[in-house]
Amino acid sequence: MAARTVTPRYRLAVASRLVAALAGGYGVAALVAIAGAWALPMRRIDAATAGLIAAMLALPMAAMGCFWARSATRAWAGILVFAALFGGIAVAGGWRP
Amino acid sequence: MKPGFRPSMTWLHDWSGLVIGWLLFAIALAGTLSVFREEIGDWARPEASCCVTDSVAAGTAAVRWLSVNAATSPTWYVQPADARSTTSYAVWSDPRAGYVQKWLDARSGSPERIRDTLGGDFFYRLHFELELPYPWGRILSASAALAMLLALLTGIVAHRRIFVDFFTFRPRKGQRSWLDAHNLLAVTALPFHLMIAFTGALTLAQLIMPWGLQSAYRGDQAALSRDLYPATLDRPAAGRAAPLAPIGPILAEAERRFGGGLLQFSVAHPGDAAAVVTVVRAEDARIGVQAETLSFDGPSGRLIAAHDEHRPAIATYDVLYGLHTARFAGVAIRWLYFVSGLALTAMIGAGLLLWTAKRRRHRDDVGIRFVERLNLGFVAGTPIAFAAFFLANRLLPTTLAHRSDWEVRAMFWTWGAILVFAALRAPRRCWRELLTLAAVMCAAIAVADIAAGIALSATWAVDAVAIVLAMLFAAAAVIVGRQQAPIRAMRRRVMA
Repeated sequence: MAARTVTPRYRLAVASRLVAALAGGYGVAALVAIAGAWALPMRRIDAATAGLIAAMLALPMAAMGCFWARSATRAWAGILVFAALFGGIAVAGGWRP
Repeated sequence: MKPGFRPSMTWLHDWSGLVIGWLLFAIALAGTLSVFREEIGDWARPEASCCVTDSVAAGTAAVRWLSVNAATSPTWYVQPADARSTTSYAVWSDPRAGYVQKWLDARSGSPERIRDTLGGDFFYRLHFELELPYPWGRILSASAALAMLLALLTGIVAHRRIFVDFFTFRPRKGQRSWLDAHNLLAVTALPFHLMIAFTGALTLAQLIMPWGLQSAYRGDQAALSRDLYPATLDRPAAGRAAPLAPIGPILAEAERRFGGGLLQFSVAHPGDAAAVVTVVRAEDARIGVQAETLSFDGPSGRLIAAHDEHRPAIATYDVLYGLHTARFAGVAIRWLYFVSGLALTAMIGAGLLLWTAKRRRHRDDVGIRFVERLNLGFVAGTPIAFAAFFLANRLLPTTLAHRSDWEVRAMFWTWGAILVFAALRAPRRCWRELLTLAAVMCAAIAVADIAAGIALSATWAVDAVAIVLAMLFAAAAVIVGRQQAPIRAMRRRVMA
């Protein structure tokens, strides 16, 4: 710990990842829930519940991904890719934001 | 943060674990006690008539009392006494006092002879509401559950050798010992830890992640609750008075159809021509929170709606929910939940201590001191505060006004005092003092029971657990004291 210098740049990068993990992760999870509700071939209440269960798994996984990514920029890129993916599935299923 | 999968996950594990660890420690300990919520309730209300295991009779007595004392409430909600709970639990709304909850005697249906206490329900509510206003406590608890899931998943990566190191324990080696203890406690019950974190987050998922359900139903709450609970009728009051049919035969009919016990029932619009009695099946045979529901017309007692849950995703959700609350569980499984819960609590505590032990050698700054003192206030303070709640139940006069509020106050004031004390004392000495206090408080619970001459079936279990915990805390205090001796000797040499 002591060997590494903590620069403002490093702090900013960590803060950026943190926002990506919390806000971005929550956004992706919400889109997973919506995509499940609209696109799963089940009764409405079943589809929405399955989406909800999947969303609760997606949130910690997205957060881990944001800290695993090689840089903060890549973390954000990953969030956008998955948001577009699940948002696209939801729209294809008939969801209109 | 270093690049690479394992270093980055270790970093995330250390920091997410630290930020949420103190809150999680208290939530985990409260949840562990909630496993025996009914039994702690029995212990806390020694005045209640013992051993009425007939839920139909207890439910009938409760309704008899409610129809005199809560006639104006739009709904009664009753959890009748059963083999586990000596009292029936009732909630209704009062025009003056708002929501009222009382524990009713199984025989008389009246709360009057029974001391005013929250009993085990205090820990149950604290576990997911944190004594904060709705919805903030629940949102915070759900976030803590998700953070715990994150800490567990990253922890498996960070301590990659946990399975290999399972049989390793190196006592009295400072950081290494805490690491070994942390790993041992994690691996022993890892499936339980993962399950309880995920299902815990799921129990509050509809609150923190409403977007799927809301968008699918376009915000139509009535349609959503109709689909979620198909047999729970939302019938508006007719405005015409009509006496409620005798509740006994309705409950007996429900029990016959369930082929098992009742968990709870509600009466909507009691005394109105549109009254509805809804009965939910107990989970003694199936894991699942709302497995089977029946609705009866209030004035005639006729069955008007029934629902047996077989829809795949809802049933899956209910099973996951049921795994968390463990209402399905028999005595043996309950003890397993309790012991696993203690292991989880201890793992969180060891992790918090490991955080400071790992960094102590490199630095001694404000941050470390802050963490060290909060560790004291939570890891040692929570058990002391919880013990204070049990003691307050036995020591406060039974005639005290707002007695249940005073029990809660006793617990929080104790906790506050410990946090202040821990902030002012030298940490090492403080550990020994607080662990000794925890041992004394736990032992005092058993002593208070013996002194009061209270002997119930729940008493021996609560007292036995209290005595075992007292011995563990006493042993921990002795070990901490022994570790201090060489440090003092070393300091003397340096000084001389």
